[in-house]
Amino acid sequence: MTTPTATHPPGHPLPAPVVAPLERLRAGRHYDANVYSTVDVHWVLYDRVLRVTPATVDDPDRDRFLLSKGHAVAGYYAVLAAKGFIPVDWLDDAGGPDSRLGGHPDRTLVPGVEIGSGSLGHGLGLGVGTALGLRAQGRTTPRVYVLLGDAELDEGSNHEAIAYAGATGLAGLTAIVVDNASASHGWPGGVASRFTVNGWTTATVDGHDHDALHAALTGHDGHHPHVVVAVDGPTPGSRS
Amino acid sequence: MTMRDTFVASATGFLDDPRTTIVLADISADAFAGAARRYPHRVVNVGIREQLMIGVAGGLALAGQRPIVHSYAPFLVERAYEQIKLDLDHQGVGAVLVSIGASYDRAEAGRTHLAPADVALIDTLDGWTVHVPGHPDEVPDLLRDAVCGQHSTYLRLSLSTNARAYPKAGGLQVVRDAGPGAALLVAVGPVLDAALAAVAGLPVTVAYTHRPRPFDVTGLRALAATEVIVVEPYLAGTSTRVVAGALADRPHRLLGLGVGRAELRRYGTAEDHDRWHGLDPAGLRLAVGGFLTPAG
Repeated sequence: MTTPTATHPPGHPLPAPVVAPLERLRAGRHYDANVYSTVDVHWVLYDRVLRVTPATVDDPDRDRFLLSKGHAVAGYYAVLAAKGFIPVDWLDDAGGPDSRLGGHPDRTLVPGVEIGSGSLGHGLGLGVGTALGLRAQGRTTPRVYVLLGDAELDEGSNHEAIAYAGATGLAGLTAIVVDNASASHGWPGGVASRFTVNGWTTATVDGHDHDALHAALTGHDGHHPHVVVAVDGPTPGSRS
Repeated sequence: MTMRDTFVASATGFLDDPRTTIVLADISADAFAGAARRYPHRVVNVGIREQLMIGVAGGLALAGQRPIVHSYAPFLVERAYEQIKLDLDHQGVGAVLVSIGASYDRAEAGRTHLAPADVALIDTLDGWTVHVPGHPDEVPDLLRDAVCGQHSTYLRLSLSTNARAYPKAGGLQVVRDAGPGAALLVAVGPVLDAALAAVAGLPVTVAYTHRPRPFDVTGLRALAATEVIVVEPYLAGTSTRVVAGALADRPHRLLGLGVGRAELRRYGTAEDHDRWHGLDPAGLRLAVGGFLTPAG
C-alpha cells in the first residue's frame, strides 16, 4: 500500500491550486485520508460559492463559513492560502510556538476564520446564532455555511441545532456534512434523514465532484435550512 | 416585584436598542411573550436546549448583536459550561448571562435544581464580571452596566433579598463601621441582612458588595485589618482565593463562609437550607465568634 500524498491522495486528484500549499503545510508528514475528504468541499466553497474575499473578511454582509470539525484544518489552511486570506509562508511553521496556524483553527489568530473550533459539536449552534443575528439585522444576502463530519453528528448539541433551525425555518443556514462513514455506530437510514425529518432541504452528492457540490451548495430554497451531505466514497447516493 | 420581575422589565426595555437580543430556553418565556411579539427576531426561545442557547448567543455576538441569555442557574451555567468556555470566551465574544434559582431558591425541587457552584464555575473563566444583587431594585442598574458593555457578565438573581437596596455597590460599601483595627466582614448580595444580624454587638465592620468579580481589591485593602470574613450566598470559599491574593503581603486571617459542598438530600425551604449551611444569623454568629475568639 502506498502512502497517500497531497499530489496523489487516495482516489481523487486535488484541486490544482491547493496542491502546492497543502504540500508546503504537510512538509513530508503523513496525512490520513480524512484530511483529503474535505479539501474539495473547502475549494468549491471558496472558489465558487462563498461571497467573501481577503478584502471583505470583516464586511457584515459577507457569507460566513464555519468549520465545525476543526481537525479538518489542513485543507482549510491550504485553501485560505491559495485564495490569499493568509500568507503562504504561514504554512511553513504550522503548530510552532510562534505560528498562528494550530491543529485546530483560532478565529482570533487567522484572518478569514469565522470560529475557533476543535471540540466537536459547537459549530452548528454558533451558525444558528450567526444566522439569527443576520436575520435580526435585516441582512438577507449573507449565508451561513457550517461544515461538520458524520462522526461529529454523534454530539447531541448538533441535534438541538438541527431541530431548532428546522422548526423555525432558518433559511439562511446551510450545513455541510462530510460523510466518510466514520461515526462509530453509523447513521442507519442516512445522515440526510436526520435533517429531513426536521424540515430541512437536503442534497446528497459525491464529495469530490465539484459541479455536483456547487449545485448542492447553492441548492437552498430560501425558505428552509439546507444540508449538503458530501459523501467521501466511491458511489454516493442521492436524496432530496 | 422579584428580581426576576425587575430583570424582565429592564431587559424588555433594552430591546429598544437593535443590538439587544434575548435568548431563552423555555424558562421565563411566558414573561417575555409580549416582548417576543413586538420583537420576534430579537426574543429567541430555542426550547429546552441549553447547549444551543449558549451557542446561539455566541453566534449572535459574532454577528454583532448583544445577547442576554436567561435560564435557571444549573441549566444556564452548569449544563452548558463548555459552550460558555468555547462559544463565548474562545471566540473572543461576550454575552450577558442572567440566572434565576440561585443556590437553593427552589429547595423543595431537590438537587437537580440547586446550583451553589455557579459562581465558582464562572470564576474558572477569565475576565468575567459577576453581579449578585441583594435586592430587586439593584437589578436594573446592574443589567444596564452589563448590556452596555462588551464583555461577558453573569447576573445571578435570587428570591432571597435584603430589606433595602444598596445601589452602586460594585465596590465594597461600608454598612457598619466598627472602627480602625476591627475585623472586616464582606457580605455578598442577599446574605447582608443575616450577616448584620449575626454580628450585632460584635466589633466587626461590615461591608457590602453585589459585584464579587472583579472583586474590589482596593477597597478590601483599605478596610481590612487582620481578620477578614467573607460571607457568600453560593459555594463557601469562592472568593477566598481573590481575598488571600489581595492580602498576600500582610499577615491576616481569613474565614470563607457560604454554602457547603455536601449534597444534603433534603428538601424544605430556602430558610431551612440557610440554617443547615450555617448562613442564618445564629449559624453565622457561631462561625464568626469562633473565628474571632479561637478556643484554647
